[in-house]
Amino acid sequence: MTLAHQPSVSPLPAANVSSGFRRALRNVGSIIPHLVGFAALFLAWHIASTYLVRSVLFPAPMAVLSKAIKLAADGSLFEHIAVSLRRIVIGFFAGSAIGVPIGLAIGSFPLVRKLLEPWTEFLRFIPSVAMITIAVIWFGIGEESKIFLIIYTTVFIVILNTAAGVNAIAPNKVRAAQVLGANRWQIFAYVGLPATVPFILTGMRLAMANSFTTIVAAEMISANEGLGVMLWNGRMYMLVDEIFVSLVCLGLLGFGADRLFRWGNFRFARRFSPTA
Amino acid sequence: MNHASSENQVRLLQHLIVEMSLPFINLRNVTKSFVGQMGRTSTAVSNFSLDMERGEFFCLLGPSGCGKTTVLGMLAGFELPTSGEILLDGKPVRGPSRDRGVVFQGEDSLYPWLTALDNIAFGPRMAGNSARESRERAFEFLNLVGLTGQDDKYPAELSGGMKQRIQIARALANEPKMLLMDEPFGALDAQTRAIMQQELRKIWLATHASILFITHDVDEAIILGSKIGVMTAGPGGKLKGIVPVDLVGERNRKDPAYTEIYASVHDMIREEVAKVSRIPAGVPA
Repeated sequence: MTLAHQPSVSPLPAANVSSGFRRALRNVGSIIPHLVGFAALFLAWHIASTYLVRSVLFPAPMAVLSKAIKLAADGSLFEHIAVSLRRIVIGFFAGSAIGVPIGLAIGSFPLVRKLLEPWTEFLRFIPSVAMITIAVIWFGIGEESKIFLIIYTTVFIVILNTAAGVNAIAPNKVRAAQVLGANRWQIFAYVGLPATVPFILTGMRLAMANSFTTIVAAEMISANEGLGVMLWNGRMYMLVDEIFVSLVCLGLLGFGADRLFRWGNFRFARRFSPTA
Repeated sequence: MNHASSENQVRLLQHLIVEMSLPFINLRNVTKSFVGQMGRTSTAVSNFSLDMERGEFFCLLGPSGCGKTTVLGMLAGFELPTSGEILLDGKPVRGPSRDRGVVFQGEDSLYPWLTALDNIAFGPRMAGNSARESRERAFEFLNLVGLTGQDDKYPAELSGGMKQRIQIARALANEPKMLLMDEPFGALDAQTRAIMQQELRKIWLATHASILFITHDVDEAIILGSKIGVMTAGPGGKLKGIVPVDLVGERNRKDPAYTEIYASVHDMIREEVAKVSRIPAGVPA
């Protein structure tokens, strides 16, 4: 407002801009090694397929890319991706939503642990892939069986990690809350839950990788659409380049999902795990 | 009828008089033993008795393994004595309560997901105060422990000494009847420790809080305490003796009175350490 204020105010935005620009530069700089790594991967693939192996059964990256563009142009590629992703997202979040409270209960109450351990310790050794046939018999070849399988593969990892997180809470955190006057419920809500967040997130991240495995297997056996169907059809009709399009998509989607998860973790939950 | 009721009244009155004449903190023949592996029992403290007055800064000093942390744990209510009685203001201690604030040795008792200010506001918040009220109170104690301007930092962003300041502020903000401190500066470097000792002494001189302070450092006990209780070597430690620290003003290592207290406390400790390690007590350290 007054002249006296101007000199103290004006340098600030300028400093912000330059520091923001510098930060952006640093971010770009930090992803360069990543990009180089990816480029090397595709280069190795290119060299192997054009000079070393030279077979119709091992298409080069450029052939796969042109196939991918063709499939993208007629829309079928995005449809497959969307169907698979939708199944993963629904199953993954539903499984986590079921797993977290059960894990908290197992970690918090020894009686619940004893009651539920036979369930979790028995079922977690039956791989979700082994459950495909029964899932199809029970729920048909539609969405329900796929979502059931993703929930199944998510829920136990989340339960185990959540329960482990509850047990890993430093006793002094609970003791401090006790002498600060917190009751049992407050200790659970304001100490136990936040202290367990890093473990819950780790469980979810592991479950995400499992979801990709499971969805592909389930779609290969029984589905009309999805990346697993692309793989299976590719085998049936010897469309090797289509198989490779699906494989590359799976890799990229998994990588992207993991990055997104880590970014969200860093952005919103960093304070729960300061050492990470 | 009338006679009986007046007799009851007399008994009640006598009871009250006994209660009122009791010291602020009263540990009577407290024994704590644990059942360890293979069913062996080990006794951490046996027949430990201690009286503490209101407003006293009592330093409990002893060689490692003498059971001083066990005494603090029982006073805090984290564990119950195997036998004996612990009274605070005449009432038996049956579990943790907001009466007795605790400052732990390590930083793992802080909540890393809360800012310094919200860590300090935790107690008032749990007591049902509004977020604004709790934060106002927390600011007061944040300033008291010299953390002004660090309110929005997370514990991971602060140094070891600052984290212990948060712990002290957090305990004080809850306005406990007494403060229990379990070697709170044990993990700090020498310079930070010296600063923290001075700050804590200042806080105590200003507030005259009742403090039980556990340490194995003789200097620390003399700099801080109004009384020093020396424990015998464990297992089954008990109180060997109490040395009053009647130094006025700034406590200075060059003060002959300081040296005298140091010598007597040090001799007591050396006797105990020698008992355990079988080194003759006469040999100077």
